[in-house]
Parts: sequence; C-alpha cells; structure tokens
Amino acid sequence: MSDTNDAAFQWLYSPIVKEHFTNPKNVFDPDQGFEHDAEGIVGNIKCGDQMMFMLRIKDDVIVDVRWKTYGCASAIASTSMLSEVIKGMNIREAYTIKPADIAKSLGGLPENKIHCSVLGDKALRAAIDTYLEKRGRAGEFKGEDVVVICNCLNITDKDIEQAVKDGARNWDQLQAATKIGTVCGGCKGRAEELLHEYVHIFGS
Amino acid sequence: MDKRFVYMDYNATTPLREEVKAAMIEDFEVYANASSMHEAGRRAYARVDRARSHVASLIGAKTPAEIVFTSGGSESNNTVFNTMYDLGRQENGKFVTKGPRRKIITTAIEHPCVLNSAHRLADEGFPVVFLGVDDLGRIDISDLERELDPARSEGGPTLLVSVMTANNEIGTIQDMEAIAALAKAAGAYVHTDAVQAAGKIHVDASAWGVDYLTLSCHKIYGPKGIGALYVRKGAPILPLIRGGHQEAGIRAGTYNNQGILGFGLAAELALREQPDYESRLRGLRNRFRDAVLASVPDVRVNGHPTKVLPNTIDISFPGAEGEAILLSLDLEGIEVSTGSACASGSLEPSHVLMATGVGPQLAHGSIRFSMGKYTTEEDVAYVLEKLPPIIKRLRRMSTVPSTIEA
Repeated sequence: MSDTNDAAFQWLYSPIVKEHFTNPKNVFDPDQGFEHDAEGIVGNIKCGDQMMFMLRIKDDVIVDVRWKTYGCASAIASTSMLSEVIKGMNIREAYTIKPADIAKSLGGLPENKIHCSVLGDKALRAAIDTYLEKRGRAGEFKGEDVVVICNCLNITDKDIEQAVKDGARNWDQLQAATKIGTVCGGCKGRAEELLHEYVHIFGS
Repeated sequence: MDKRFVYMDYNATTPLREEVKAAMIEDFEVYANASSMHEAGRRAYARVDRARSHVASLIGAKTPAEIVFTSGGSESNNTVFNTMYDLGRQENGKFVTKGPRRKIITTAIEHPCVLNSAHRLADEGFPVVFLGVDDLGRIDISDLERELDPARSEGGPTLLVSVMTANNEIGTIQDMEAIAALAKAAGAYVHTDAVQAAGKIHVDASAWGVDYLTLSCHKIYGPKGIGALYVRKGAPILPLIRGGHQEAGIRAGTYNNQGILGFGLAAELALREQPDYESRLRGLRNRFRDAVLASVPDVRVNGHPTKVLPNTIDISFPGAEGEAILLSLDLEGIEVSTGSACASGSLEPSHVLMATGVGPQLAHGSIRFSMGKYTTEEDVAYVLEKLPPIIKRLRRMSTVPSTIEA
C-alpha cells in the first residue's frame, strides 16, 4: 500500500517552491553586504512576516537585487522567485508585478498560503518608490497598475491601499475614507479581501 | 549522521503500539454486538468491561462505572459542557435546575474544543470567564478564588470550573488538587481535560476530587476514535448522543469493541510504564533543552521549568519563523509542530503562547518538540545536529533581529 503518489502526500508546496525555499536566490548576505540605490521594507511581525528589498538600478533597469525576509516557506520562495524575475527588468515594468504572477511562476501556492506571498511585490514597489523620490520623480508610476474594485464609484485597489496606509483598519473606516460599496455594494467581498491583505501588510 | 526519520510530535498523536495492534486484530474476530443478550454478546461485553477497569485504574477512578466510553477527547469535553448547558439554561425565564448557578470558569489556554464549547455557552447567555496564565503558563490561584466568590466578581455563583491538567503546547501542569478543592468549596463542579497528562504523569481523579476528567486513547499509543469521560459517582451527566441504552444511557451507539479493547490494553500498559516513562523522558527532554540552549544563541524555552510534561519542550527562536523552521526540519526527516500563524491557516499565532505574554514574535517563531516512548538518544542527537544550522540560515536572511524582546 503506497500513498506517496497522492496529492495529499506531496510536499506542501510545488517542486519549484521547494527549490526556492531550500536554495533561495539573491538573499542578502550580511558578510558580503550589497551596495544599492534603493531599499523598501513592508510587513509587520505581529502577522508573522516582514520583507525587505534592496535594488541596484542603472538607467531605470534593475541590474541586481538582494532581499531579506522574516517569513514562512511561501514568503521565502515567492520573494526568491520575484528577485529572479525582476533582474534586468525596467523599473516601470517591475512596478506592476502582481502576487498572482509570482504564484504562477512558482507553479501555484496552496490557497491558504497566498496571503504569505503578497509582501514581495509591495516591498519591491516601496523600494522603487524610494528610488523615484530620491530622484524627484515621486509618483511617476502611480496609476499604471490599478484595478477598479468598485465600479459604481470607480474606486481602485490603490485607493484601498492608500486608505489603509492612512489608517483605515476595518470596513467602516474604509468606507468612511473612500465611500466604497455605498452604491450597489457588489464589490464588498473583494474589497474586504483587499482590506484584510493591506492591513496585514501596512497595519503595524 | 545518516538521514533518519525522527517523530517528535507525540502530543499530536502517538503510534499504535504493537501489543495493542495485535490484540485489536485478534479482537476483530469478535463481531457480536456487546449489547446483545446472547452468549456471543455477553462475551464481547466482558471484554468491554475489562477494558473499562483498566481505563479506570489509569486515572484513579473509584469504580469502573465512573468511566464512559466516547469517540475521543472532543466528545468528552463537549459532553461536559453540554450537560452544563442543560443544568444552567432557563425555560420561560426560570432556571431548569435549582439555584441560579450559571457561571463557567475556564482558562485562556484550553484546547479549542473546550474554548469553543465555553464560547457557545457565552453565546447562550452564560457568564463565562477565561482565566489568564502567568509567563510560565500557570493560572493564578487567587484569580480563581476571586472568580469563585460572587461578592468579588461578576456572574453569580459558579456552575463549572474547567482547567486542563497539562497543556498540549507548552506542557505546563496545573495544580489540579488545589483548583478542585477551591471549586468544590464554592459548590462548583470541576472538569479537567487530562488528554495530555494521562500516561505521562500521575493522574488521580479521586484524589484530586474532580467531577469530570477527559481522556483520549490515541495519545497513549492506542487507536484513534476512542476516548473516555470520567464522571464521578453522583455528578450529573446528560447524553450528548442519544439513542440506545449503552453506557448507562449516557452515550448511545453500538460499542466500538476493538477500539475499547485497544484502549483498555493501552491504558493498562501506560499505567504500568508511567513511572519509568516519566523519568526516562524527563532526562531526555532536559538534556535536549540544555543542548539547544548551548548550541543555538538567543532562544527562549516556553512553559514551566519543572511543572511541565516530561516529554514536551516548546522553544522560541526569535528572528526565524516557525513554519519555515518546521518545513526545514521536515525536509531532514524531523517532525515537529509550531505555534506560528503561518501553519494554522489563520493570521493568529498560538493562543497558548500569546496568553503567556511572550508576544507575537516569539509565538510565530516557536517550535514544539514532543517526544515519546520510542524516542531514542540517537534521535535527539540527530535533531541537535540538524537544528542549529537551520536556525542560523533562517536568521541570516531575516529582517528581524534574533534578540529576545523583554
């Protein structure tokens, strides 16, 4: 009787996740250091994960990258994958990478682990934002990666993200800040998911 | 050392021991319904009765009649809380039973089946108090005294005090004798979940003076799906599962002959081996603790230093995240559990560790090593070889310093 071929037996994560977890790429090595042009950190330990990206950028192209994370296997693997994907990429393009893209490159993540992989791209964007700010180009890429969540009032994921950054922590506060869901209310499910996700990331 | 398989998750469940497995397989020949009046039925019932005596002896029951077989710990705990619901509920604005006793006192570190049963009573309007614990995981007896005194606390006189004998995560053992004495003096019933304690430390329901005690068979090297509830003679109990007249009408359902037989044998062996088990495991555990403290910097051992289960050691590795540690150990063949939120499917880390006040970082970075009967010195040496580099690797890539928060 063998159950080693059953899906339930397979390692909790895909072989690609396993590889990136056991041999993560571009991890910051404190002994070697890393000269970088920008740095971004997001996450909070209360929720169990935190992520930091360091970028070396030349002519708006990411030439090298290092990262650190306090997080689970999913967080480590997805950040490792992200760090590989963005090498050689224009910062404008890198700015629009979504957690779903990374999860796909990893061969998928378990449903309840998706939220562990949402920090990498946010840390990356934070680093790019810092880079742009330092060069007087603040906000240059804003609006390039927005998704409309509330069609009635044209409220986007970025509006929700901003509201959370400004202090919204629950649905009432989000509604007070954005008026989201006050017309048809059809967006509430998705909006609450995003709220939860952003509170996890920025709500320290 | 060569790669080996090291199971250190005995508090989650234990392997079925060979003697028990063999006895159960033999018993599968006995197919008669133990409730049947004919000879085959009576033979089957005799086996149930023998098993009941062994389970009674394991926990110091005065008579085997004080043991009710159930499907496991969760059912036993639910049966007690459901009985309290019936004792304390109101009908047409009047208490069903005499006296207005409705208050339930339990702790913040109970197993989810007690916590959720208590929350359900709270939802039904019962006053429910969750006692906090100190940094070592012990309840403060003076907190209990205050909560039992209607003049000094809310909720009126207490109906039930439910405190686990020993905690599954950090292993801390409560002073059940003192807790039961106070509760009895205040006229309350006393329940203890002894699922993790039985077989590991001396358990004596009669000496402690508790009214109810919960047991599970699969934690003592017996099969899953069978457990028991000790009900002190004279203590009220009402069926959770209604039907036939099995178990004196307290628990309906055709007898699980093989499960019960396996439980009886597992209990008999556990009782006989308990003193040796305790001294051997405590030695192994303490040597492991000392070696981890010597080989990994900045760690915190959670739970009580001495009033702790002999097989359980919960350690926080600040700077490293628990699920990543668990899966790294898993890749080396070492099986443990963690209090990290990432392993629980929620965003909340271990409620037990949080109740001890260690803070989220230490809770997320915690690993529970629970050893058992089959754990060897070689197993411990293997874990001691694999663990330090794993912690070092994860800490090196961490954004969080490995220092311990005050």
